[in-house]
Amino acid sequence: MFSTDEVLQTVNMIEKEHLDIRTVTMGLSLIPCISGDAEKTAVCVYDHICRNAEKIAAVTSDLFLEYGIPIVNKRISVTPASLICAPFPEKAHLIGKALDDAANTVGVDFIGGYSALVHKGMADYEEIFIRSIPEVLASTKRLCSSVNVGSSKSGINMDAVKLMGEVIKQTAQITAGEGGFGCAKLVVFCNAVEDNPFMAGAFHGVGECEKVINVGVSGPGVVQHAIEAIPSADLCELAEMIKRTAFKITRAGQLIAREAAKKLGAEFGIVDLSLAPTPARGDSVAAILEEMGLERVGTHGTTACLAMLNDAVKKGGVMASSRVGGLSGAFIPVSEDAGMIEAAEKGGLNIDKLEAMTAVCSVGLDMIAVPGDTSASTVSAIIADEAAIGMINNKTTAVRIIPVPGKNVGEEVNFGGLLGRAPIMPVHNESAEKFISRGGLIPAPIHSNKN
Amino acid sequence: MRAVLTVVGKDKTGIIAKVSAFLAERKINILDISQTILSDYFAMIMLVDVSSSTEPLAVLSEQCSALGKSIGMSILVQHEEIFNAMHSV
Repeated sequence: MFSTDEVLQTVNMIEKEHLDIRTVTMGLSLIPCISGDAEKTAVCVYDHICRNAEKIAAVTSDLFLEYGIPIVNKRISVTPASLICAPFPEKAHLIGKALDDAANTVGVDFIGGYSALVHKGMADYEEIFIRSIPEVLASTKRLCSSVNVGSSKSGINMDAVKLMGEVIKQTAQITAGEGGFGCAKLVVFCNAVEDNPFMAGAFHGVGECEKVINVGVSGPGVVQHAIEAIPSADLCELAEMIKRTAFKITRAGQLIAREAAKKLGAEFGIVDLSLAPTPARGDSVAAILEEMGLERVGTHGTTACLAMLNDAVKKGGVMASSRVGGLSGAFIPVSEDAGMIEAAEKGGLNIDKLEAMTAVCSVGLDMIAVPGDTSASTVSAIIADEAAIGMINNKTTAVRIIPVPGKNVGEEVNFGGLLGRAPIMPVHNESAEKFISRGGLIPAPIHSNKN
Repeated sequence: MRAVLTVVGKDKTGIIAKVSAFLAERKINILDISQTILSDYFAMIMLVDVSSSTEPLAVLSEQCSALGKSIGMSILVQHEEIFNAMHSV
């Protein structure tokens, strides 16, 4: 039985410290829809999603009322669409539209899986598919796209890295009217995971079951308040407090995931216990790092603080649930975190420091706006650096970067809502063109040879 | 099924009377009740049995928050499992 203090603690976490379920994501296999005919497949995809996810909006709204924990997003992830479109890659946009229409009909915020996995090699149909991404992202609203270009097991497909630099530039250009917004829906991964519930990188892996519920919990504000309460604690005590907090947050997520799965007739997949910030005050990963004792995030010591935070979060989460998965750790999307935005504006946080931080936390260079005239090869080189960190460290890394058309350092782009606003960050001006144009594969690292 | 009802706000007369009348109208049994007052700040926690409730939990939750607004308090009703999940190993 719980005590009065415990009840009040939970209520406080929800009402004052922004504890929420960041997303309930239904993973859905589209393999049953595969056929040789694009139009027929598109109809099947739309019907299949609408039938299976029909109740997702109603169920999440009921769960919020019954358990009192806000569920911020409901989403769907599907089998990487490049596989569904393999027989007709030139008509992949029809599947993109069907996915977006289905998301709209069932009332989810985003649908992920306009994706391709090309970490070792790229088939012709995959290249055609990837080249369709800019147009498809420009003509849809809720559809998200991701491409996996490397893995610890296979190395980095540098032809795909080169292509993605061009695809990101094109996506920015054809969505220039919205500040290159298309790029906010496009992620380039190394070591992509098959059960990630977070956007823009969610897709439903081919190793997954037919229909699954994955839940992403959040709560940077809760962790920040927990640390605030013990101002003179040493770092070991701090780690302990973060672990305990992560445990509670994960348990809440697991409960919602199980209940949602039951009500939606799906399997319970995983809880992803990422600390995902929002632009709201008091919901910031940067604020946690600053609470630990940094004057401003980005200064010396940031990487160490983040490493400890990320590790403690994982330990608490793993204790709470044996179904922890997805990305699990701390996210550092610049535009979505008030503290990161402030640090970037004041010049304390730059891409180089962010890159170092991604070596010790989950994901990577996320929601970073760079000048519109950044070349495709520079974007590719940024992707290659990030993929190398993921490949060597056996972790997921990602790049979600927006070369904002017509904007330069000193200006900012505002996407609104959860995606927030981002100051344009400088990139290095020296070229990596020759390196990127070499193409080929960066071979898998020595430690991939474990068999 | 049991739920936890939390009432938080500035202390005034008649809070318990109003809340318990509201629960009785809906055939909800109060199993346990505890309250504290910290510098004019009222916090009451009730463990209630909603098995015979005339309203499903989701509807009850909306009605509670409406009642809370009408008496200037914050009233939250939550399935007890959320507390068990978060506070026990």
